[in-house]
Amino acid sequence: MADKDIALMAHLMRRAGFGATYEELEARAAKGYEATVEELLNPATQPAIERDVLMRYQPQWVSQAGLEGQQEEWTFRMINTKRPLEEKIALFWHQIFCTGHAKCEYPRQQQLEFDMFRTMGMGNFADLLMGLSTDPAMMFYLDNCMSHKEAINENWGRELLELFSLGVGMDGEANYSEDDVKECARAFTGWTVTNSIPRYPYGKYEAAFIYDPSDHDYGEKTFLGETGNWNGEDIVRIIAKQPGAARFIARHLYNFFVADEPQVPAWQNTPPRDPEAIKMLEDEYYRSNYDVKSMLRVLFNSDFFKDARFTKVKSPTETVVGTMRLVGDFDMPKPGLNAMTLTIRYMGQDLLNPPTVEGWHTGREWIDSGTLVERINFTADAVGNTELPGVRSIINRLAAEGETISPTRLVDGCLQMLGAYELAEGTRTELVALAESEGELHTGSEEFGQRVGQMLQSIVSTTEYLFA
Amino acid sequence: MTSTKKDPVLVVLQLSGGNDGLNTIIPYGDPLYLDNRPNVRIETDKVLAINDNVGFNPAMGPMKRLYDEGKVAILQGIGYPNPSRSHFRSMDIWHTCEPDKVGDEGWLGRAIRDIDPEKENVLTGVNFGRGLPRSLVAPGVPVASVGNLETYGVLTGIEIEEQRAKALDVFSRVYSPMIGQGPVLDYFAQTGLDALEGADILSTAPAMYSSTVEYGNDTVAQYMRNIAQVHLANLGTRILYTTAPYNSFDTHAGELANHTRLWTETSNAVADFYDDLKEHGAGDNVITLVFTEFGRRVHDNGSGTDHGSGGVAFVVGENVKGGLYGEYPSLEADKLLEGDLHFNNDFRGLYSTLLEKWMGLDAKPIVNGSFEQMDFI
Repeated sequence: MADKDIALMAHLMRRAGFGATYEELEARAAKGYEATVEELLNPATQPAIERDVLMRYQPQWVSQAGLEGQQEEWTFRMINTKRPLEEKIALFWHQIFCTGHAKCEYPRQQQLEFDMFRTMGMGNFADLLMGLSTDPAMMFYLDNCMSHKEAINENWGRELLELFSLGVGMDGEANYSEDDVKECARAFTGWTVTNSIPRYPYGKYEAAFIYDPSDHDYGEKTFLGETGNWNGEDIVRIIAKQPGAARFIARHLYNFFVADEPQVPAWQNTPPRDPEAIKMLEDEYYRSNYDVKSMLRVLFNSDFFKDARFTKVKSPTETVVGTMRLVGDFDMPKPGLNAMTLTIRYMGQDLLNPPTVEGWHTGREWIDSGTLVERINFTADAVGNTELPGVRSIINRLAAEGETISPTRLVDGCLQMLGAYELAEGTRTELVALAESEGELHTGSEEFGQRVGQMLQSIVSTTEYLFA
Repeated sequence: MTSTKKDPVLVVLQLSGGNDGLNTIIPYGDPLYLDNRPNVRIETDKVLAINDNVGFNPAMGPMKRLYDEGKVAILQGIGYPNPSRSHFRSMDIWHTCEPDKVGDEGWLGRAIRDIDPEKENVLTGVNFGRGLPRSLVAPGVPVASVGNLETYGVLTGIEIEEQRAKALDVFSRVYSPMIGQGPVLDYFAQTGLDALEGADILSTAPAMYSSTVEYGNDTVAQYMRNIAQVHLANLGTRILYTTAPYNSFDTHAGELANHTRLWTETSNAVADFYDDLKEHGAGDNVITLVFTEFGRRVHDNGSGTDHGSGGVAFVVGENVKGGLYGEYPSLEADKLLEGDLHFNNDFRGLYSTLLEKWMGLDAKPIVNGSFEQMDFI
């Protein structure tokens, strides 16, 4: 297998999934890049997580787990899914379409929302916006249930435009006016949630969407230049055809899957990092009739994607889930699942509980002196644990290379097994010197495993390893 | 400002989960208290009376002692308008001073930025616990977050000391900013070095410390001891923070036993910390704030109490003017807010007092407005 094929596959799997072991990379590279892209884009071709089996281990996940239990369930799914892009796209939309656990009466309400992201997240963008507009978690999070024909609440109407579909503006121009916000909110009056079934005696029930025609404002509305007796569906239809929508989704896909962009609020006045790439994605948006999967196919097969290795800072979720997939831990629920999951929070991403409706700031803003220490120590502890199957496998592969291994090969071999990582020349020289200082390395010696583990620890502590 | 020459220091102890204010400072003189608490009550003869109306929970003897010395201000009826009964949301409001929209900057993150705008000391703010509470978060503000002071550091999982030393040596060199690597990598390199420096400095604190005070073994006590160690090491730390174990004060059930244990531990920890600093002559520039996100429902639920509003907070220190501040909220049915106590004391006024009168900062931009300050300093 050519090293460059492995390196490219490692890149694809980090971005379209949560990374992969070297064995998986080899198998996928043998199958081919484009075939792997198609498999990722069609999750239903792979087996789903058997939730009913998990419930035997974690019965509280059925309906009663609080925030931490919900985080455990999702983290477990991300680590063990055979459909990595399905979970990745759910994470993508969760980071944009933010809802907060604190505003959900039913503990699993957001999991139902994530199920919608899993099934609709790579489909038609307008359909997805309809799913979002009828999602009880979102209706309640942004108070649309408090918006009435006589007294509109603009929260949902505004965020739908600003944060979920158009963005405040592009190319220095605004994408909508304050009047559009009001008209949008008027069109969504009557879109609300049912009263939930009382929690006693059997526990909490999910909320459901309901359209209340008696609370809808039937007056004429002018939205983004179009006048009519618009209801919510019309607003979504009008939004989806706007150039702003094409730009919005193209830029978000680029920011999440390709390379870190400036933070979202800067997009009105800051041009894209790669305008040609954005143009390609926008064109595909219209060509495919707003199909997210088609856009992703263009993205993953493009040169701009393939050339973008290590241009994105890993999120806390990517860091923890990716590390667990690499070392092969938590393939079944077991004690320690809660503590492992909480490290994502400690690194700065409290899943299901975003800091604001704007979501998390990404890229370099994931890193501060507190989160960096959490990240390095967590990752180093995992790759230094030579009992774990993924680490064992790296040791065995390097041991199979011969009776002794040179310091340079130890460094390069570890980099390769971690997913074809590359280091700045100065950093690589330091690590080779570190390996040399420990003396000649016999692959059959007792200390071999530990020496490999130490090298992996030093590599995952570098700034280079912060990137995906 | 006070007359002290030393830089003022603020210690914050967060009681997570919603402490039951009614069973903390108990309105035992009001018959409505016993009426509303048929089960989850402190009997009148057990209350550590402050006056004929209110008194401490019997588990709070050490804090009562400090109160009698005039070193504890009790802030009654503290809260904010339109209270949220969600732990997350209400704690967020206390952290960000944004009751109406979701804020992303913490009040103490802002305070640290004002104290040390050039980031000259990576330890101006130190948190004890895992992950930063939002109160300490502000973009570009370094705050160390210490899970265990004795073992805090980078690459602590490498058990063999010599190997860890080598790995850290490599770490410090690969994190040195290199010419031409761009602003993002420069930032990461600096952050890595800040973390290493902070850990190096903090690791000196336990060895410099000795005291006759013996803290308890519970988490709060151990973290208060860590706070004392860092303060006594003179590292220039101005804001120190810790949190009682996550949601431990959320006493929906079995409240009497749990609450007694919680306040035994907390009250001991607060008083031990006070005594420890006093023993070292280092308490005159330190104030400790103890707060929680909300009080609990006036009427008990049989074995515990549910989420409510209008809580109680404490400010403790040698330079605090002890006493009762604010009014105890009325327990009369028609004065309640959906079964909960009405606040009469805005927590942002409490923060403003601490920020301006104690820390010498401009409170208005930190707490998002002007609020009536209190007289405990």
